[in-house]
Amino acid sequence: MTLACREDDVPPGEGRNITLEGTRIAIFRTDTGWYAVDAVCPHRGGPLADGIVCDHAVTCPLHDRAFDLRTGESPSGDRVTVYPVEVRDGEVYVEVVRAPVAA
Amino acid sequence: MSQRDRIVIVGGGIAGQAVAEALRERDPHVGITLVCGEDALPYDRIRLSEILVDGSDAATLALRPEEWFGDHDVDVLLGRWVEGGDLDAGVLTLDGAEELRFDKLVLATGSQPLLPPIPGIGLPGVHPFRDPADCDAIRASAASATHAAVIGGGLLGLEAARGIAAQGCDVTVVHLVDRLMERQLDPVAAAMLEPALADLGINVRLNAATQEILGGDRARGLRFKDGSSIEADLVVVSIGIRPEKTLAETLGVATRRGIVVADSMRTSHDRVWSVGECAEHAGMVYGLVAPILDQARVAADTLLGRTAAYTGSILSAKLKVAGIDLVSAGEAEGDTAAVVSDAAAGTYRKLTVRDGKAVGAILLGDVRGAEALVAAVRAAEEVTDPLEALAAASAAGPADLPDEAQICNCNGVCKGDLVAAVEVDGCTTPREVMARTRAGTGCGSCKPAVIDIVAMATGGLNEEPAYLCACRKQTREELADQIRAQGLRSVSEVAQCCGTGRDCGACKPALAYLVSEVNDNRHREERHARYINDRVHANIQKDGTFSVVPKMRGGVTTPSELRRIADVAEKYEIPLVKVTGGQRIDLLGVAKEDLPKVWRDLDMPSGFAYAKAVRTVKTCVGEQHCRFGLGDSMGFGIEIEKAWEGLHTPAKVKAGVSGCPRNCAEATIKDIGIVAVEGGWQVRIGGAAGASVREADILDTVETKAEAMRLSTTFLQYYREHADYKERTYDFVPRIGLDEIRRIVTDEQLGAALRERFRLAKAATIDPWLERDTPYHPRQFTDLDQQPEPTVVVGPPEEARR
Ligand code: SRM
Ligand SMILES: Cc1cc2nc3c(=O)[nH]c(=O)nc-3n(C[C@H](O)[C@H](O)[C@H](O)COP(=O)(O)OP(=O)(O)OC[C@H]3O[C@@H](n4cnc5c(N)ncnc54)[C@H](O)[C@@H]3O)c2cc1C
Ligand code: SF4
Ligand code: FES
Repeated sequence: MTLACREDDVPPGEGRNITLEGTRIAIFRTDTGWYAVDAVCPHRGGPLADGIVCDHAVTCPLHDRAFDLRTGESPSGDRVTVYPVEVRDGEVYVEVVRAPVAA
Repeated sequence: MSQRDRIVIVGGGIAGQAVAEALRERDPHVGITLVCGEDALPYDRIRLSEILVDGSDAATLALRPEEWFGDHDVDVLLGRWVEGGDLDAGVLTLDGAEELRFDKLVLATGSQPLLPPIPGIGLPGVHPFRDPADCDAIRASAASATHAAVIGGGLLGLEAARGIAAQGCDVTVVHLVDRLMERQLDPVAAAMLEPALADLGINVRLNAATQEILGGDRARGLRFKDGSSIEADLVVVSIGIRPEKTLAETLGVATRRGIVVADSMRTSHDRVWSVGECAEHAGMVYGLVAPILDQARVAADTLLGRTAAYTGSILSAKLKVAGIDLVSAGEAEGDTAAVVSDAAAGTYRKLTVRDGKAVGAILLGDVRGAEALVAAVRAAEEVTDPLEALAAASAAGPADLPDEAQICNCNGVCKGDLVAAVEVDGCTTPREVMARTRAGTGCGSCKPAVIDIVAMATGGLNEEPAYLCACRKQTREELADQIRAQGLRSVSEVAQCCGTGRDCGACKPALAYLVSEVNDNRHREERHARYINDRVHANIQKDGTFSVVPKMRGGVTTPSELRRIADVAEKYEIPLVKVTGGQRIDLLGVAKEDLPKVWRDLDMPSGFAYAKAVRTVKTCVGEQHCRFGLGDSMGFGIEIEKAWEGLHTPAKVKAGVSGCPRNCAEATIKDIGIVAVEGGWQVRIGGAAGASVREADILDTVETKAEAMRLSTTFLQYYREHADYKERTYDFVPRIGLDEIRRIVTDEQLGAALRERFRLAKAATIDPWLERDTPYHPRQFTDLDQQPEPTVVVGPPEEARR
């Protein structure tokens, strides 16, 4: 796991981007926990970190596609990769292994 | 059919997918295998036209998400080719070796683009237009091409030309016969189409038989039969389709132009069916989706042993070219026809009748009543007076349509299906109805009609509660009551006590507005509930950068402001400086982390161009300078802007003040418009000229500026308190009714209370761009791998944090 940021680097209920091991990732802090997914919306490249977040979903700011932060899936059929996140001692770690895509 | 029977569908196009869906709808058990020759799951081919225009990813075209196939127990083999097999033994061979067993077989192998056997057809730069790879190739060529040619002036050729023109490339459509879309249009309509295309940058060359594609290493031009030629370094060929019957022939199934099918959609072999562009029924091969869907339903029935017959389809088509409205159905010409045409306006409406029955319709430029007319043609309805029928159609509302009227051609959804979704399945909103029936999910051009019908079926969208939180079915009024009763001051507090905004977040901005409005702007601001625009006070662009519009009240500026804007634009290398349609200047393409610095150097207040707030008060020069001026529109506009600026509103509010009824500030199409008239000021509300155009209603004409200001401010506050989120005044005013609004805002007591709450809310506004010095979070403007600016706190932080 790679250290991404400190807990208070991300305002509650928002997302921020970071490049880890060459991959652009959006990290979210919601009421139910921390999540990390691809930073770029598969639809037309919208910045997901700038979207509106609820308990475990983010809505892309450009055309409102919603992605489940736990699975990366969207009712639109689009999908983003989800990266495991862990918070230890106020620090946020992300596992930058591409999760196997369900066949 | 017994439980273990397996139906194999070869071809994962629209046809294959439709057969799979129709089968599963009818029988939960039968085994279904879909063999897709392409690498992608079945996708919506017709939307390739859209992708050619905007370059979005073909992955967005999927007809169904991957999970659908698992959920519906449909086995999919992707990127696999069926090469042959033994029909009597019930086996197919895939990619040379592997065998696939079937009980019944559906050939949905579609078609290939037809390419003329002329010299040069194989040159680089020559493309068909059929699949995502073609789209990519055409877009790539268009980027470097200077002249493009499209061979073929049918529906698809015109859509291809539009896609190329949208890349900024000069394009000529070359057509063999003397008119465009000869299968759908008569000569008059076809001729009227040409200027409309010219407006989009598309040239047309008729009676042109292409004999050769010129060029050595790549395409350079076209040479025609008459010896003339044109330049073209990109050539798209769209002259028709060739049904894909290779497999059918290998299997020994009878073919002519396509795979021959009977009314049952069965082929010459009793285990084999065929559906889609590869099938030939009664001498016809159909190249449109609607007939394919009809065929798929019949095939699903007969595959499952039920009786059903396909009797052919009446063709109807819509040109999917933005800026041109064109619908046609049935025959283009006939014995009797009624035509209503306005050449100047570019409209043409025709209904063709034979033996007293409707057999064809063409609607160009004015497609009102298209559904009703297309339905009449499909049903060959009796028409005694075609002119009258045309007129009736333009006035027809959703209630007048028959249940069989097809509303969504892409997915074959009729009015009756939409009504059933409401009445039987209990859907209450257009969105739910679209999700259930899939209407409007193809090319999208039927959405307005779907919304009308849902409104009709639900007894009027306005009467249906407009939920602020759709997930938990909570209305604005209910939530406002809760906020008041419990003294809630933030979105999180509402979320905690009502659950609002926890499941999807879509309603959070609306909730944030409500919390601020009910608390007279003395709420606890939480940025996570705001759109990104309101988190960083700038308008997000398609590339993730932002635009910055400083305040320029009434469109009036000074040399020193202009100098600062110029300096900022140079210092931050701002890619575009543009004068907006709202009388101010837009700096576009600013990186998020530069926003605070740009604001600091501009040293001008925010223009709120990104927010649901009072935007601009447009003015004309007025009495001080203009020889017709009756009032000081410029001065008054600036005064109004000062009085209202900084206030958030349910949807954006645009105002205008004109110095006389010549109305150069376009005040009659503003949310709030004021016009100086002889002896006073006219106050208008509810106007717009955006996606909807509505002339503002006259609220009152008053003698003094002070009265005009009071009246319009009272209305503004009434709107702030009672409109649904995102409801512009052009919907709000007719919903409440002008008389009712007039009664309230002119009522002594109610008016005074509204103005008092307005005063409180206004007093709590501040310029959000002050957050350049007092950000709400150190990383308000920066990502995790950027260094945030050290924060210099200069203002009173409590206030700036609002
Ligand atoms: C900048 C500007 C165009 C320009 O270059 O002139 C503009 C740009 C946008 N308009 Fe506009 N509108 C601009 C004047 C207008 C006008 C003309 C006017 O205000 O006099 C109209 C028609 C008048 C009206 O609204 O009644 C207008 C009707 C719209 C609409 C349609 C609203 C409707 O309900 O009909 C939208 C879409 C929306 O609001 O959902 C929209 C939305 C947009 C957005 C914000 C789209 C978005 O959500 O990102 C555009 C931002 C572009 C960008 O990338 O930054 N814009 N827009 C104009 C800014 C004026 C200003 O100084 O603030
Ligand atoms: C750009 C464009 C815009 C269009 N716009 C419209 C429109 O607005 N309205 C409208 O009604 N129609 C429109 N059409 C036409 C419409 O898209 C077609 O009629 C429809 O997609 C045909 O579907 P199909 O399933 O019959 O054929 P196809 O989409 O061709 O599908 C057949 C599939 O079978 C596969 N296949 C073939 N042989 C084998 C084999 N042996 N083994 C395995 N797989 C095999 C092929 O790879 C292909 O994926 C448009 C077409 C295009 C190209
Ligand atoms: S009209 Fe307005 S919303 Fe549409 S592209 Fe232009 S700026 Fe954007
Ligand atoms: S870019 Fe994300 S929804 Fe369009």
